[in-house]
Amino acid sequence: MSAIHVKGLRKSHGARQVLRGIDAEVADGETIALVGPSGGGKSTFLRCLNGLTSFDAGAVRIAGVELQPRTPADAPELRALRARVGMVFQSLNLFPHLTALENVSLAPVHVWKEAPGSARTRAAELLARVGLSDRAEARPAELSGGQQQRVAIARALAMRPEVLLLDEPTSALDPQMRGEVLAVLRDLARSGMTMLVVTHEMAFARAAASRVWVFDEGRLVEDGPPAQVCDSPRSERARAFFAHG
Amino acid sequence: MLLGRNALTCAALIAAGALTRIEKRGELRWAGDLQGGEPYVYRDPADPSKLDGFEVEIAQGLAKRLGVRQRFVQNDWSTLLPSLVRGDFDVAMNGIEDTPALRAQALVTRPYYSFSEQLVVRRGFPLRTLAALHGHRVGTLSGSLAHAILRETPGIPIVLYGGQEEPYRDLELGRTDAVLLDSVIASRYGLTKPGLELGDPDVARGTYVIAVRLGETELRDALDGALADLMSRGELESIFAKYHLPPQPASGAGAPAQTQARFDAAQVLLFLRGAAVTLLVSILAMALAVPLGLLLALARVYGRPLARVCAHWYVELFRGTPVLLQLYLLYYGLAPLVHLDALTAAILGLGMNYGAYEAEVHRAALGAVPAGQAEAAAALGLTRGQQLRLVLLPQALRTALPAMTNDLISLLKDSSLVSVITVVELTKQMTITAVDVRSWALPGLLCAALYFGMSYPLARLAARLEARLGAHEGSSALREAVA
Repeated sequence: MSAIHVKGLRKSHGARQVLRGIDAEVADGETIALVGPSGGGKSTFLRCLNGLTSFDAGAVRIAGVELQPRTPADAPELRALRARVGMVFQSLNLFPHLTALENVSLAPVHVWKEAPGSARTRAAELLARVGLSDRAEARPAELSGGQQQRVAIARALAMRPEVLLLDEPTSALDPQMRGEVLAVLRDLARSGMTMLVVTHEMAFARAAASRVWVFDEGRLVEDGPPAQVCDSPRSERARAFFAHG
Repeated sequence: MLLGRNALTCAALIAAGALTRIEKRGELRWAGDLQGGEPYVYRDPADPSKLDGFEVEIAQGLAKRLGVRQRFVQNDWSTLLPSLVRGDFDVAMNGIEDTPALRAQALVTRPYYSFSEQLVVRRGFPLRTLAALHGHRVGTLSGSLAHAILRETPGIPIVLYGGQEEPYRDLELGRTDAVLLDSVIASRYGLTKPGLELGDPDVARGTYVIAVRLGETELRDALDGALADLMSRGELESIFAKYHLPPQPASGAGAPAQTQARFDAAQVLLFLRGAAVTLLVSILAMALAVPLGLLLALARVYGRPLARVCAHWYVELFRGTPVLLQLYLLYYGLAPLVHLDALTAAILGLGMNYGAYEAEVHRAALGAVPAGQAEAAAALGLTRGQQLRLVLLPQALRTALPAMTNDLISLLKDSSLVSVITVVELTKQMTITAVDVRSWALPGLLCAALYFGMSYPLARLAARLEARLGAHEGSSALREAVA
């Protein structure tokens, strides 16, 4: 059974159509790189998958949960979905009043009702996995951007998600910090985590993604293995994107 | 040239003394407080541009004998003497009682009216003398002769008021067990209430006099002469009859000798007690205002439409009307419905008023939390309540902390307003002591020092919190990373 199944997904902001009917499937363990020009609908698509943005028409099934059109972002029925679908944001969004360890252990304790002791132990393990075991007691303000984003990834993993959505996770970072975050993502991809990553890092897409999707003007215009999509795109729009992008 | 002559005329007038000054001006300026109302001096209900009252007629009689017109100058009753000393008017005449404290600061004329201090109680109340009232609360006007008498009667908790209607109202409500005030006030404001009656009609005697600046003996003597003439012709008696003043006791004189209080350790102790009341009222009011403000802010930001509208109007109403008025309404206006004691009413009133301000502080602080925080919390599967409790409020409260500390400092000072509902806090204690020791300088300085001693540490705390918050945000790697 596929991890994600999307059919006829449509979304408008007023008169502007952001998504014009997306059909897509993701199998368990796949890593999808979502690329394309700004405003093409990548981020909106990603946010529709966990209900942070509602969609107007179509069907979404993700991690075994069916999503209905026009579900408000704060609807209680979305909580079960979000507990199984992790999200990492471009703007990091760590909780500044909590330490790195507390950021990671917060949701398991309050959503899964995990015992605080075991949640902390597991949070420490996850911080070690992203290379930050020595920064567990630091607050976000004391961490570099790259360190913060790695904590954010650990925070999402702490919920043991079936799918991880990452919205331009390295765009807000200096070049030298991007490397450390991408290395963590490559490890995750190899470990079999199902991931959708909106990214501009084509080298990462080539090396780590099982498939590359090109979004343009609200449509999914290319879908295939990295080598094929990047080197010999079939659509005019994708060719233009890779020529200039 | 013209200027030179004017300057000369002024100098000549000052040298010539008060009486000449008044004659040159053609006007006797006398001061009182219209808030004192009937029967002293008040606006004619039929024609509010006209003044009425027995003191207005006395002033007219006096002015006629001095060969000048009279003009009334409005001045708060409690500051008549300092204003007289400052030179705001020629004389003060407004039910001013002859006391040693008065004589230390001003010349006084011969009495124009004699009264008894009368104890008024609820109808049928068994305790009818000051001695019997040991341990019972007795109300009076702050700074009056009755106040002085009560202070020298040991074992009586005194409740102080600023106007003459309120003491009797509280007596009716049972907030006090007796009111001691002079016979003019008692007959006009107390005994007109059906539930009240005379306990002791003659606790002490006193007289009303006109206060004249020290050194202006000539003016005082002229006024004495004019008063004597008014009396001998029976004009004074007919004025009193016209205004239905109670009969004067046979022997008028005999104000009890008061010893002038010294500004000693006992007074300082009273100040410290006043400061403790100020601190107590402020902290408890703030302890009410902060959670109330938080609730209002949450209602305004996240509430259903009805809650939103209610919270909005609560904030606008409590911010848009004076806190003094709110205290009056809470303590006196609602008294028939809710029976609050003064301290509770003070804390509730200030707390509810400041709650409106805290609501705006919290609302701004909630708005200052980046939208991404709520989104990140929602994306983790936290409920709306958990998002608020675990993520949004801890950050908002941090942002609000310096503003809340600043509000506590202004609350500390605003708390002096609660003296209008009989709570004796630091500022009220200062005015009482100032009258006792006949000086405003030392009590004023001590009062200021105590306020400063309480607010300065808070100001330092606010500054440190702000600095810490600023540093916290400034060093944020996120900001550099995003920039």
